[in-house]
Amino acid sequence: MSLAEAQAAELTLELEPDEAGGRWRQVLRRMARNPLAIVGAGLVLLFVLVALLAPVLAPYKPTVGDLSRIRPGYIPGPSAHHWLGLDQLGRDELSRILYGARYSLLIGVVSLAIGASVGIFVGATAGAFGGWVDNLLMRLMDIMLAIPGLLFAIAVAALLGRSLRSVMIAIAVVNVPIFARLLRASMLSQRESDYVLAARSLGVRRGRIVTQHILPNSMAPVIVQGTLALATAIIDAAGLAFLGLGSADPAVPEWGRMLAETQRFLQSSPQLAFFPGAAIVLSVLGFNLVGDALREALDPKLRR
Amino acid sequence: MSLLAVTDLTVTFGRGRGRSTLAVDGLSFSLDEGETVGIVGESGCGKSVTALAILGLLPRRRVTVDGSVVFDGRELLGASEAELRRVRGREIAMVFQDPMTSLNPVLTIGRQITEVLERHFGTNKTDARTEAVRLLQQVGIPDAARRVQEYPHQLSGGMRQRAMIAIALACQPKLLIADEPTTALDVTIQAQILELLRELVVESNTALVLITHDLGVVAGLCETVFVLYAGRLVEAAPRHDLFARARHPYTAGLLASVPRLDLPKGEPLHPIKGSPRDTIPWAEGCAFAPRCPREVPPCRTGPPPLGPAGDEWWHQVRCVNPVPVVSPTPSSTEPPS
Amino acid sequence: MLKFSVRRLLQLVPILLGLSILVFAWVHALPGGPAQALLGERATPARVEAVRHDYGLDRPIAVQYLSYMNKVVHFDFGQSITTQRSVTSEIRRRFPATIELTLAAMLFAIGVGIPLGFWSARRYLSWIDNTSMAGSLLGISIPVFFLAFILKYVFAVKLGWLPSVGRIDVTRDVRHPTGFYVLDAILTLDVGTLVDVLKHLVLPGIALGTIPLAIVTRITRAAVLEVENEDYVRTAEAKGLTAPVVNRRHILKNAMLPVATVIGLQTGLLLSGAVLTEIVFAWGGMGSFLEQAIFDRDFPVLQGGILFLAIVFVVVNLLVDLAYGLLDPRIRVR
Repeated sequence: MSLAEAQAAELTLELEPDEAGGRWRQVLRRMARNPLAIVGAGLVLLFVLVALLAPVLAPYKPTVGDLSRIRPGYIPGPSAHHWLGLDQLGRDELSRILYGARYSLLIGVVSLAIGASVGIFVGATAGAFGGWVDNLLMRLMDIMLAIPGLLFAIAVAALLGRSLRSVMIAIAVVNVPIFARLLRASMLSQRESDYVLAARSLGVRRGRIVTQHILPNSMAPVIVQGTLALATAIIDAAGLAFLGLGSADPAVPEWGRMLAETQRFLQSSPQLAFFPGAAIVLSVLGFNLVGDALREALDPKLRR
Repeated sequence: MSLLAVTDLTVTFGRGRGRSTLAVDGLSFSLDEGETVGIVGESGCGKSVTALAILGLLPRRRVTVDGSVVFDGRELLGASEAELRRVRGREIAMVFQDPMTSLNPVLTIGRQITEVLERHFGTNKTDARTEAVRLLQQVGIPDAARRVQEYPHQLSGGMRQRAMIAIALACQPKLLIADEPTTALDVTIQAQILELLRELVVESNTALVLITHDLGVVAGLCETVFVLYAGRLVEAAPRHDLFARARHPYTAGLLASVPRLDLPKGEPLHPIKGSPRDTIPWAEGCAFAPRCPREVPPCRTGPPPLGPAGDEWWHQVRCVNPVPVVSPTPSSTEPPS
Repeated sequence: MLKFSVRRLLQLVPILLGLSILVFAWVHALPGGPAQALLGERATPARVEAVRHDYGLDRPIAVQYLSYMNKVVHFDFGQSITTQRSVTSEIRRRFPATIELTLAAMLFAIGVGIPLGFWSARRYLSWIDNTSMAGSLLGISIPVFFLAFILKYVFAVKLGWLPSVGRIDVTRDVRHPTGFYVLDAILTLDVGTLVDVLKHLVLPGIALGTIPLAIVTRITRAAVLEVENEDYVRTAEAKGLTAPVVNRRHILKNAMLPVATVIGLQTGLLLSGAVLTEIVFAWGGMGSFLEQAIFDRDFPVLQGGILFLAIVFVVVNLLVDLAYGLLDPRIRVR
């Protein structure tokens, strides 16, 4: 190791006095003081727990229905045995709602994980290399962004056929250019900042600068976007299911599908659409509250 | 009767959870019509806050302003917002430090002048436009008729500041407060702007309060100088007296710390020891005591009062152990002209 | 300004080209083909081949693409397989519905959003601020189709104040020269129809406009919070200008720059994707039309319709950029 590298390494330590650990602790503390963040975190926790523990919590099986209880124009509402009543095929509504959380969580997390990873990779590559690589990649992203979100998702899902997997891929694809753009912009602004200039002037190699300095500091907006994108993913998944593009299996208790199927009971049993809708709202609201509180906690300007 | 009389002005900033900072601590000064006065002090001594407090421009939340500010016989502190809005721009005008950020980027220079005329005089559009052009010419902006339609970003720093002065003087106010008007500008432009201010103020007999940290600026322009430290007045004197015979150790320290060309090479600089943070509250003693080369025990027992410096009643100093006068010529008891 | 516009227009070309390729490739990659959709049960391999030949689907891909592009440039998107009308005329019939709905939604979003955002910022942390912020978070958390459902249920079914589906009372016998029902009613001086059409616009407009409303409110608030601390606002106050003037000419005017961008973007999004709302309210606009076409594998409609909407989206974004250039003198002049 040359003298310059040694000095650069020292400077690195100095430049990041309380970077990773300290900074995030501070952010969490700020969030803890925000009542909306607490509510949001609570909702998210509830959602995740329900999704994970559905088989344990649900009183009945979501796919088994007792058609004998259904008569034309009459669907049993909430009662002692069935807290949320039955659905149009005699299935326990509560159990279906609980199991629905699994699908929403699964779709949301998986599609986001794929989309964000690919997007971050593309954005990081573009930001790190610059030049024609940057140009080409961003042009591609621009074309993808030129198609409005929902339309894009519909197109991809239609291409891949009716299944949960195609919904996940569709939402993942829609998220790729968003994260790519975001990370690239973040990296670009970091590139110009003083600490990078300092590191470069000391001869720290470019690759090192990118991985050790720029990338970690670019993550903050990406994380905020992540929580908000998760919320959007759940809504979009429900939307796609509403349009009939989700799983082809009619028994699957996916919230969006449940909303679509119960539209025609608007007059007689509106609660059948209300329950899955409310479930979507509460889960999504949780993520939005957390994401919003995170954004405020990370932004030095938005002091309360 | 003086045009502006500030008495015991105190501005407190609340910092949450019961803590607070005294930005201005019992400041008193006054000025007459047409008088030019300089308020000098380092960053954080409360000079800008004083200016904003006079005009009632400090934020409402967490800020308390006490004391009295009497302008032209009227008490401004506690006056209604409507009254203050009538005074601002019309009778008291202000020029701010950074002309780039102090001008609205989406309005033309002309508009920013005419809106003041429309507001206070009800001038119609055409007349206001003509007046705006005349004002720009008056402040020395060439090709004023074209400039009046331009936007702030199209002008240079010096021109922007001239435009700000034009805006301030549009309604012929009785008092102009200039808060560090030249700090953001190049040195050569600084001289021009100060010269401009001097001319305009003399012409129209407008009183001027020039706020700055730069003694050089004050020396050329102000008849009377007030020196502020930690939110309180520590010395007040006519210009020549202050520079020739600074009595307060702080003022003396400031003057001594300025590098001079006429001293031999290699002569060490004489900064004031310590930093502005080395201070004690005025209530307990002299705020400058920790940094003062002339500190004596009485300095820490209680706040030193403001009093005349020896026989010269026109020269006030807040010090129990002021710098002695080292002048071979016998001191005159007559105020300088 | 001119250079700026021309440059942006030129950047458009590769994007549109890329889009056309993307759409074309996508349509041809769709599983099942139009032949399947058309013939349904009677599809024998021979028949399928015949249909494919009729639609030129058995030619090499490159040739198909070139002929497609050739037609596109002449605004000929072919004929819908399901309705047998030209795609262009179908667009002509349905897009005005989407435009009207979008305008209604955006008017709602802007009319409520900007004042709400402004006052939330000015009364920072007051009850109005907290309520509107909580409300806007809720607004972006409700799926559009659920909100549409709730609105329909409460106001149309339960209270009966407003109609639940469609753009107009079907029993009304009126002509629609322009396809814009509101405009038509005004042109024919038919007050009754005008009222009816407006009533039909309320619920879908609110449903579609809620998310843009939430976004506009938040952006306005953020922009005003930034601007109100700027030095030039302090200067405006120091000039003794009245509060309304300071609010309007100094604060809002500067805050509108980012807000206008967002409004433009949202409009573009709505114009090209109001599918879900259109379905719930049986609106008969482009979105629902395309959605149906996907299921029917009506590929001329898909090729033309999706490309059309994508172009609309891109053009609106371009207009937003240009408008920003116009609004901000720092970009417009010199």
